[in-house]
Parts: sequence; structure tokens; C-alpha cells
Amino acid sequence: MFANARQELKLLARDPILLALLAIIAASIVLFVIYPLGKVLLASVQVDGQWTLAEYFSLAERRLYRNALINSLGVAALVGVISVLIGFVAAFVLARLNVPGKSLLHYITLLPIVSPPFVSAVSILFLFGFNGLITRQLLGLNDFSIYGFHGVVLSQVFTFAPIAYLSLRGVLASISPTLEDAALNIGATRWQTFWKVSFPLSLPGIAGAFLVVFIESMADFGNPLVLAGAAFPMLAPQAYLEITGSFNLARGAMLAIVLLIPSLTAFAIQRYYLAKRQYITVTGKPSASTSKIVNEPAKWLLYALVVLFALFVAAFYAVIFLGAFTKVWGFNYTPTLDHFIYVFDVGLDTVKDTLIVAIISTPISGFLGMLVAFLIVRRTFPGRTALEFGSILSFAVPGTVVGIGYILAFNAQPVVLTGTLAILVLCFVFRYMPVGIQSGIAVLRQIDPSIEEAAQNLGADGLTTFRKVTLPLIAPAFFSGLVYAFVRAMTAISAAIFLVSANWNLMTVQILNQVGSGRLGVAAAYSVVVILIVLVAIVIINAFVGRWSRHSSMVRY
Amino acid sequence: MAQGIRIAGLNKIFSSPDGASVAAVKDIDLEIAEGKLVTLLGPSGCGKTTLLRMIAGFEEPTSGDIWFGDKRINDEPPNKRDAAMVFQSYAIFPHLDVFENVAFGLRLRKLSRADIEERVKRVLEQTGLSGLAHRSPSQLSGGQQQRVALARCIVMEPRVLLFDEPLSNLDAKLREQMRIEIRELQQRLGITSIYVTHDQVEAMSISDDIVVMNAGIVEQIGSPHTVYARPASRFVADFIGKANFIPATVVDDRSVEVAGRTLVLPALQGLEAKSRVTLVVRPEAVGLDRNKGDFTGTVSRVMFLGNIAEYLIKIPGIGYWLVDSPNPGETGLFEVGQTIHLSPSRSSIHVLD
Ligand SMILES: Nc1ncnc2c1ncn2[C@@H]1O[C@H](COP(=O)(O)OP(=O)(O)O)[C@@H](O)[C@H]1O
Ligand SMILES: [Mg+2]
Repeated sequence: MFANARQELKLLARDPILLALLAIIAASIVLFVIYPLGKVLLASVQVDGQWTLAEYFSLAERRLYRNALINSLGVAALVGVISVLIGFVAAFVLARLNVPGKSLLHYITLLPIVSPPFVSAVSILFLFGFNGLITRQLLGLNDFSIYGFHGVVLSQVFTFAPIAYLSLRGVLASISPTLEDAALNIGATRWQTFWKVSFPLSLPGIAGAFLVVFIESMADFGNPLVLAGAAFPMLAPQAYLEITGSFNLARGAMLAIVLLIPSLTAFAIQRYYLAKRQYITVTGKPSASTSKIVNEPAKWLLYALVVLFALFVAAFYAVIFLGAFTKVWGFNYTPTLDHFIYVFDVGLDTVKDTLIVAIISTPISGFLGMLVAFLIVRRTFPGRTALEFGSILSFAVPGTVVGIGYILAFNAQPVVLTGTLAILVLCFVFRYMPVGIQSGIAVLRQIDPSIEEAAQNLGADGLTTFRKVTLPLIAPAFFSGLVYAFVRAMTAISAAIFLVSANWNLMTVQILNQVGSGRLGVAAAYSVVVILIVLVAIVIINAFVGRWSRHSSMVRY
Repeated sequence: MAQGIRIAGLNKIFSSPDGASVAAVKDIDLEIAEGKLVTLLGPSGCGKTTLLRMIAGFEEPTSGDIWFGDKRINDEPPNKRDAAMVFQSYAIFPHLDVFENVAFGLRLRKLSRADIEERVKRVLEQTGLSGLAHRSPSQLSGGQQQRVALARCIVMEPRVLLFDEPLSNLDAKLREQMRIEIRELQQRLGITSIYVTHDQVEAMSISDDIVVMNAGIVEQIGSPHTVYARPASRFVADFIGKANFIPATVVDDRSVEVAGRTLVLPALQGLEAKSRVTLVVRPEAVGLDRNKGDFTGTVSRVMFLGNIAEYLIKIPGIGYWLVDSPNPGETGLFEVGQTIHLSPSRSSIHVLD
């Protein structure tokens, strides 16, 4: 065991640059992922320097906190179920049926993934709020309140169903339609084929998608903050309010830990139990065969559902755009540019700050993600599994927990970072690296390792091999990691809200402030600006991909 | 440039995290003279690739030493060993064209543009790739990819060339042609080479010396002729070509007894009378005759293969012998059930104790 570790280190030591990088990465993960979490845990069991579990007892004693926990779990479970239903239907229709307009519907359905966190919440207020277009103007309701359980669920389904769709689409694509054909061929009815073949094969994927949505919903901060209302407490906003409102660090930390536990549990189930039960029945190219297990009427019914959801999404965006150009929604529908003038005048620094943070953190997290994937897949060293775990852990940690961890960890010696650009960049890099790492690992595992050995054999050291061979080969994963990191950096709120300062502010935080002070028009204008920046960035990054795909099409996995 | 290779007491034990361990290479000593081509031959899983990868630096020996010339290279990383390797999967860089694949190593050495251009062109010519310099790898046939993998190595003018079953993905005809090309190129350039294969014909046709491996150990090292005619063990005799193994008893220093018959052999030193031995008789070294011979048997199977006929013959009291008979088109075939007489050529009989 130890002899092994020593030999592995000896081998690695022959490549000193790589060894140094590995050491730096490992140390950074400890410092910026593990250490802040430890700080939160510590803060939750210490009050005024005394060890105590008092904070945790308050969970049993005080209805507010108990309800926050119950509400968060209930919402997450319900949103998970609804999102998976929508996602599965959409994935099945768009990936397996022969229907018109598939690619347009695909992109519309994905739109919420690249949006800032308040788009749905603000749209919902525009449509169903006290002065909502539908509730007030159309239906003339005076006593309808969107705040509470139903508002949060509606908003989160809109935000997270696309995530379920994306992951279930992958699941369905990996199940060969020929299996269904075979079942039909030996005399099964369509109904039997679905329940005995297609459904069981996709079940691990469905459970996985549910857990991902569950984690996202638990961690969601923006929607609950805007739509939950005082009568419906939820964990993430409550933790935030304890810290920024009542300056009660210990209680905020306790709530953060309570929030963390279900998320980590779901993550562990997803990763260590479900991942091993995923069935992949095709390798190589997905076959183009369409499913024959639904008859015509059923097909068009399912299609109508997908179109309906897409219309829903499109309506939300239309409302945001209209709202951004409307004087005072609900009272005065005169077109105006005032909100945008405000954004680019008063808010110009914030726009710049947001861009700077995103532009710095995106490439760092992209490169680092690929490097970590390379080290994990292609090198053996003691603690490799721990590094992999540590590097993707932050995927499952709610932003609120990370934010609290960062202010606890980097407010005092030895590392003081509060109020700086660095703390935002570091937070984003380590929070958004895991997706790049995961896709990098997946792509690398399909590439013959002897290609990289050949580079070494011809005289390239580890880093040169990574730069000249590995990176070009995993370019698709690299670029999708970049897109993800950029989108998340532009749209992040839950951790960032603890870390912004007068010097470094973010647009998402501004959106929240504007919503808080009732200036929905300015909030909508900020949202439009964020959405446009994200779309432009995706186009730019895709242009790079186009340049690279000439190469990557040559890569035979 | 070229240098000999010396390997002393080399071991490799793979241990998995669950505690199980596999000894892939066991205590191997090996010396390869400068400029020679030596093959590592053995069945799949016998440790050939592991041994080659230790020489290339991709695996760390559990114990033992490797020298290139008089330099011990155990602690050199793979990128400093100057031992160019042709991989079984070719491992062509898919994102680079043929020229850039071949230039890859030279660029790392920071040679001048003109130098690189000139050396790559020369090597592309030598390997018959001149017209393909700007093709992408996906547009190449298997044989062409093989040549790129080779060109990429020899352009480096390495101290040592390593081949891991380079031809196993090619069809039979191309395999034959490529092995002739590889051998000619290797001899022309005089680069010390180690060539891994599990194909005995390939090993026989290409090597100065063959190292026959089995389950991590070396069974025999010798020229193709030696390992075929004088196999050191039953394993070697069986793995290289076909062989009949006939139990015999030593009579004196000139003769052995087989199923009641005495055979006089040319050389039998060092064997005690009455000791039990095994005779190795190659199928092509047995004469068949309708009328007379040392042993009598009946034909139990006939296979016509064109250049030879292969017979399985049952000899009462001994068992079955495999016998090849040349030019069957001319001489005619024996038939199943026919009685026949067999005479092994005395000078071809090899004795294993
Ligand atoms: N990385 C490894 N880990 C564990 N066992 C290995 C590894 N590489 C090879 N082996 C084992 O070592 C033995 C020799 O393998 P190898 O050198 O590839 O044989 P060959 O090239 O002769 O077919 C085999 O039993 C194989 O399973
Ligand atoms: Mg092998």
C-alpha cells in the first residue's frame, strides 16, 4: 500500500512541473472548497467560543426553522417530480419522435438554463403579482396572492425542468430504439413495451434527473427570496436573512448545514449508487431510428404538451423584454428606455464588474477543470479519489453554504479576501469547475491513452503533452465547460450575494435589490442585459468550437 | 547513435488496491547488442507489453535495472529516454496532419524550421508517405497509419526503437509486406530494436534473436534457427511451430528407445542411461512410405493445404503424430484408414530432458 504510494510519487516526481501543479491544485481545493465548509460546520456548533448544539435545538423548538426545513424539502421533492415529468415527455418527444420544429423547441426549452435567476420570478410577478397582467388586468382579481408555496413551485419548475430535460435526453439517446423494435417484434403491445422495456431502462436516468433537480431546488436562493413571502419560510433565504439581517452567524451556519445534508445525500445517491446502474445499450453513434411505441393520437398529445411548455417559456421571456421597455408595469404601459438608461448610467460599474469577474473566472475554471480531469484519468497518485471527490463536491454544495463559508473563512487571518475581486473569482472558479471536470473525464476515458504516451515518448513532458495533445482532443468538453462556467458566473447569486461589496458588485445582486425595492422595470432591464451578454458569449465560444471541430471531427473516439 | 540494451533482474508486480497482485515480469535478464533487432515472443498475457513499457519508461520496474549503453536509465522519465515506440494502436495524433505528426518530436527539440522540413521530408520519402504529407489521419488506410507511426519514430533518430505488435491490426498480405519494410529500414539505419509479437512467423522472419516468454519469464533466447531446431523447453517447441512430443528412454550416449524401437541419434551427450526424455519431432521432419519405416501407423485424418498435406497418424503404443508431407499435388494423398510407415529424420530430432 505505502510502497505503492511511494512508487507513484516517485514516478510523478520525474515530471516536476506536473507535480507542482498537482500540489497547488490539491492545496487550493482544500483551501477553497473544504476549509470554508469546515468553517461553517464549526460556526454552527460554537456560540461565543463555547461548544454547543443549541443552534440545532432551535430547529426543534422554533416553528420558523422547522417550517423552513419542511418547506424546502417539500418544494424540492414536488419540483423534482414535476420537472422530471415535463423533462421526460420533452426528451421523449424531441429525441425520439418524428415531429415538426424539433430543434426550435429544443432551444426554447433550454433557454431557462442560461438565464439569470430572477427571470421567472420577475415574469411571474409581471403576470400574476398584485398588479399582474393576468391576475389583475385580465381576470380582475384583487385578493389573489402569488407568494408562497405555489409561486415558488411554479417558478422553480420553469427554471429546473430544462435541466431534467437535458439529462433525460442523454438517457434516452443512450437506449437503443432497436430494443423497443425487438419487443414489438416478438409481440409485445406498445403499452407493454413502454412499461417493460423503455421505462425500466431509463429508470436510473429518471432517478438521477430527479436528484439533480432536487439538489438545485434545495440550493435555489433567488426564486424563494422573491416569491416565498414571509408566511412560507425556506432554508436558503432564511440562512441569508439570519446573517445579513440579524447578524446571527451561528444560526445562519446551522441552517446552512441543515441545507447541506439533504443535498449531499442526494448527491451521494446519484453518484455512487445510480451512476453504476445506468444502462447504456449503444456505443458509438446514436441510431436515428424513431420510436414506434406511441400511436398517432398519443404522439400529438405529447407534442402539444411540449409546445405548451415552450410557449410558457417564450411568454416569460417576452414579458421580461416588454417589462424592460415599459414605464410602470400594471399602471402605465408607455414604452420607455429609462430602465436601460439607468442600467448603463447608475449601474454601469456593476455591469463592468460582472463582466470582469466572469471573464477572469471562466478561462481559469475551464483550464483548471481540464487539467484536473487529465490528472485524475491519466495519472496515478496517492489521494487521487479524494482529489476527484473534492473537486466535484462543490457541485452538490448549495451556494448559500459556500457564501457563508467564504465570509467565515476569508474574513480573518490567515487569508483575508473579503471585499476583493479575488474572492468572487475564486468562488466562481471552484464552484463551476466540476461540470467541466466531469465532462473532461468522460471524454478522456474514451480516448486511447497511448496517444498521450506517444507524445511523451517523442519527448514531451507532462504539461506539454497536456497542452499539445490532451487539450485539443478534449476540446468539446473544454468549450462546454467554458460555456457553463461563463453562464453560471453571469447568473450566480446564492453564494455571490455574501461576497459582493461596494467595490465589486454583480448584476444579479442588483436585480435582487431592484426587485426588493419594487422597481421591476429596472430588474427586467438588467435581466435583458445579462441574457444578451450570455447569448453573445455563447455565440463567440461556439465560433471557436466551429474552428476546433475541424480538428475534433478527426478525433476517432 | 545506436546503443545496446542491457536488462538485469527486472521484475514487475502489479498490485491492485484490493491487495491482489500479478507478477507480470519475473526476474528477466537480457542483453541486446547494438544495432540488432530482437523480438519478444509469447502468448498474450505473458508480459511482453509490460517489459516493453518498462523500457520505454511508462511502467516503473518493481526491481531490477535497465541500461542503454553504459547508462542506467531507470530514473529517466519517458520523455528523456530517446526510445521511440510504435504503438499497437498506432496512437497517431488525430488533430495533426501527417507532416505535423512526424514533425511533432522535432518541434519539441526546437530544431530550425528548415531542419525540420528537411528531415520530415526525407523520412516521409523513406516510408513511402511523400504524397500524403497534408492528409489528416482519418483519411489514411491502416497501412498508411502504420507508416506514419513508424516515420514519427525514425525521424527522431532514436537510440532505441520499440515496437508493440505493430502489425496486428493489418491484414495478412500487408502484414507480410510491412514486416519486410520494417526489417530493411531497421538494418539500414542500424537502430537497436525490440519488437513485440505473439506471431511466431513474424518473429522468425524479422529477428536477429528471439526471446521466448511465458508467464512473465524468459524460456529461451536464441536465433530463429536455434529456437526452432533446438527449443529449450516443451513450451518453446510447442509455441514455435508444431511439434510431436514422444516419450523415450535413453539407452546409451548414442541411442534412445521409443516404444520398443531403438533410434540412433547424432548427439546425446550428458544424459544418463535409463533416464526418461522427450523427443521433439517436427511434422515436416518425418518421412512417410507405403512399404517401410521405423514405425507403423494408420492415417486417421488428412488435410490438404496446397503446399503441404497434413496427416494425423495413429501409431499403436505411442499415440498420434502430426506429419507434413510436401508437394502433395505431385505425389498424391494417402487416404484415411490406410496403413503407413514413418521414419523421423535423425538429425532433426531434438531431445528434451
Ligand atoms: N496496469 C496493469 N495492472 C494490473 N495488471 C496488469 C497491468 N498491465 C498488465 N497487467 C497484467 O500483466 C500481465 C502481462 O500483461 P501484458 O504485459 O500486457 O502481456 P502481453 O503484452 O504479453 O499480452 C497480464 O496478466 C496482465 O493482466
Ligand atoms: Mg501486449
